[in-house]
Amino acid sequence: MQVFKKIGLGLFAFLASLNAYAEYSWNFPEPVTPMALDTLHVHNKFMLITMAIFVVVLAIMIYSIFAHRKSKGYKAVADKAPSTAVEIFWTLVPFVILLLIDFVIMGIPAYHSVIMMEDTRDKATMVVKVTGSQWRWQYEYMDGDAKGIKFVSNLSTPKEQTDKGFDGKKDEQYLLEVDNRLVLPVGEKVRILMTATDVMHNWWVPQFGSSRLAVPGFIRETWVQVDKAGTYRGQCKELCGKGHGYMPVVVDAVPMNEFKVWVATKKEELAKADAGADKEWTKEELVATGKGVYDKNCAVCHQVSGAGLPPAFPALTGSKAVTSPIFGEDGKYLKDGHLDRVLNGIRVMPGWKALLNDTEIASVITYERNALGNSVGDVLQPAQVKAARQ
Amino acid sequence: MSTTTTAHHEEHAEHPTGIMRWLTTTNHKDIGTMYLTFALIMFFVGGAMILAIRAELFQPGLQLLNPEFFNQLIGVHALIMIFAALMPAATGFANWMIPLQIGAPDMALPRLNNWGFWLLPPSAILLTLPFTLAMFGIGDGALATGWTFYPPLSIQGGIGVDFAIFAVHLLGISSVLGSINIIVTLFNMRAPGMTLMKMSLFCWGWLITAFLLVATIPVLAGAVTMLLTDRHFGTHFFDAAGGGDPVMFQHLFWFFGHPEVYILLLPVWGFIPQILETFSRKPMYGYKAQVYSFWAIGALSVVVWAHHFFTSGMPVPALLYFMYSTMAISLPLAVMFFCWIKTMWKGSMSFETPMLFTVGWIILFGIGGLTGLVLADVAADAQYHNSYFVVAHFHYTLFAGGIMGIMAGTYFWLPKMTGHMYNEKLGKLHFWLTAISFNLTFIPQFFLGLAGMPRRIPDYALQFAEFNMISSIAAFVLGLSQLIFVYNIVSCVKGGKKATDRVWEGAHGLEWTLPSPPPYHSFSEQPTVK
Repeated sequence: MQVFKKIGLGLFAFLASLNAYAEYSWNFPEPVTPMALDTLHVHNKFMLITMAIFVVVLAIMIYSIFAHRKSKGYKAVADKAPSTAVEIFWTLVPFVILLLIDFVIMGIPAYHSVIMMEDTRDKATMVVKVTGSQWRWQYEYMDGDAKGIKFVSNLSTPKEQTDKGFDGKKDEQYLLEVDNRLVLPVGEKVRILMTATDVMHNWWVPQFGSSRLAVPGFIRETWVQVDKAGTYRGQCKELCGKGHGYMPVVVDAVPMNEFKVWVATKKEELAKADAGADKEWTKEELVATGKGVYDKNCAVCHQVSGAGLPPAFPALTGSKAVTSPIFGEDGKYLKDGHLDRVLNGIRVMPGWKALLNDTEIASVITYERNALGNSVGDVLQPAQVKAARQ
Repeated sequence: MSTTTTAHHEEHAEHPTGIMRWLTTTNHKDIGTMYLTFALIMFFVGGAMILAIRAELFQPGLQLLNPEFFNQLIGVHALIMIFAALMPAATGFANWMIPLQIGAPDMALPRLNNWGFWLLPPSAILLTLPFTLAMFGIGDGALATGWTFYPPLSIQGGIGVDFAIFAVHLLGISSVLGSINIIVTLFNMRAPGMTLMKMSLFCWGWLITAFLLVATIPVLAGAVTMLLTDRHFGTHFFDAAGGGDPVMFQHLFWFFGHPEVYILLLPVWGFIPQILETFSRKPMYGYKAQVYSFWAIGALSVVVWAHHFFTSGMPVPALLYFMYSTMAISLPLAVMFFCWIKTMWKGSMSFETPMLFTVGWIILFGIGGLTGLVLADVAADAQYHNSYFVVAHFHYTLFAGGIMGIMAGTYFWLPKMTGHMYNEKLGKLHFWLTAISFNLTFIPQFFLGLAGMPRRIPDYALQFAEFNMISSIAAFVLGLSQLIFVYNIVSCVKGGKKATDRVWEGAHGLEWTLPSPPPYHSFSEQPTVK
């Protein structure tokens, strides 16, 4: 027994020392939506009830374990089946208590929570569409002033930090930072439409308390109403392939006036990008822009060097699709050519048609053809991509 | 008549030796031993996989595994632990103990029994072969979708998915064959006087399990076959672009998957009261109530499946129905808990290893059951779903409720099976190490889940670091303490103090009337039960 004592003391000291400098959380994070608040209340209440049941039952059992021992000379007393009305009554009492707990104390609040959770439309003032793709989120504002704003949100933790064997200092928000955050106004009920382009994803911010599966080919819905300004972080929580751990959700909740300013600037930005599609770009400009697009979107599978991870993710260096002509003699892009692959994808590779704009697609293709060990030499203009989309 | 019977027996006694004995055996005890050995080996294979995962999760950042390999390990770990460790272990006990407990010479369908076992090693190979193939550059490794095969991820996946589908087919056939055998045996081979309501609870647990298996395995087989045709033959069962629905797969899968939980637990619920009555030295309380609870749970288990994917989206009435029906499972379970504790109450208890495991099992399985009750709440489930909270919950039900139960059964019946006593000191050490390190592994995971850590991620944010570290260290202690279990079993098989026929002072039931170890053909003279 001395050994156990030592192990126990050691473990206790270890835990205590961890506690000294770690910030633990023992429960859900601070709720910021009505739904999360409700969930926290339900959770706390249920936990108390189940713990009370557990402790009472455990206490009876432990008493019995210590009192009714053979080593203490306790003689077994045979049980009788309940026969009198009084005995049957006392046998039924626990049953009734349990029915009460299940379907009244727990069941009634649970009913109201479900109704609230599923009521996505009443009093909703705006609609945002969230699309999951391997392995990034796309946001689109569907109505109001912000209508038409649409962007992709990628993990922005530096790649070397997530690489195998990195042992330097990691960012404070390691794996929980993105390049473009979703921005929502405080205090507004936002209806969220959820879908996916390839496999299933699940858009989850623990402080919002809502989570809904994004199913390719279907629209599911949920809602959030963030009541406190701030930045909220979460992650995809449906296994979606090798990048599952690398598609965080970051939401900025800002007051309505700030939201309006953000909408205006974002719209300007998008208009500028659209205008860029019509001008003639030089090869150097395209390659430079393309590197940024490539590293953010393509390098996760095809690798920064273009070597890929065969057999699942082929190399781009010397690849047939990348080095063969893009357009056929009729001026249309060739099936299984470079542009076709990027726009429409194949098997595991997603189509980028809906995720990247003309400039991004033109620049990343030009980059792939003239870097990563390839030197095809040609240039793809954003205008050509625009034409190809029609 | 008696002379022919004797002649018959002598002929059987000349069974082949060496490897041919095991390949061709139709003896229930030999087959049971093979099942149990196979389960023990696969328990370590699956355990090694999860230790690799825990080593990776020891601290943030990628150190050992890449994400693709990580995803393969989590799915194959689960499939191996469920189909190749827990289920064969329960089937092993069924083979060994059912004929002994009902007073039969053997199982009803011995050749089928042999085939049922020999389907298992090929399916274990099918599950793990893609790892080896990938090392030689063929394919990209094993199933990387988690054990649930959810499309479209599984449609996108490589050859590992096909291998896993065929492995599941073989495992399914093996389970159905085993179940048919058990049903036929229990209905036809009981000793005179042993009515159904005099059968041991273990037999009852297995009877319900066998019916559940026969009812649900074909649904699983159908679902994965649809997946196979979606992958290779252009069907669109689960592809929205062709009019299918990926969520339909979840319905089909969990129509099997939820009863599967009770398939794993019912045999354990069967022998736990037998261990309790043995070491409390008084007959079990509420035998009938427990049998009826088995029925109730068996019936409820096939009508609550959708609580595994509340967040997938379904109509409000469906959400409410699945929530309330799930909560209803707590009623028969509470009856069983009541009977277990009442059996101990005012008994004359002693705490040998099987009893220690049983008491620990009641407490830990209780935690699993109560967290399950909380998980049934749809709104709260949106938070718990696919977080580490769920991982902790189902390890309390399946590791504590399943595997620790199997360990209790092993220590309980090992002296009967081998004829030797195991080392009691080592057994107790094994229990304490297992119970403590199990809790230290999984309690932190409850808190990780509440804090917002999703399951199945190879790398995590810095706020989750401390709990993961504790969990990983404890998981290694848990894994290594199982070596004591193996050592104890092996030395018990090899020799040790002779076990008496009764083995335990308070043992009840026909199996304890036979010598330890029992003769090759168990009961050559039919016992009569009053």
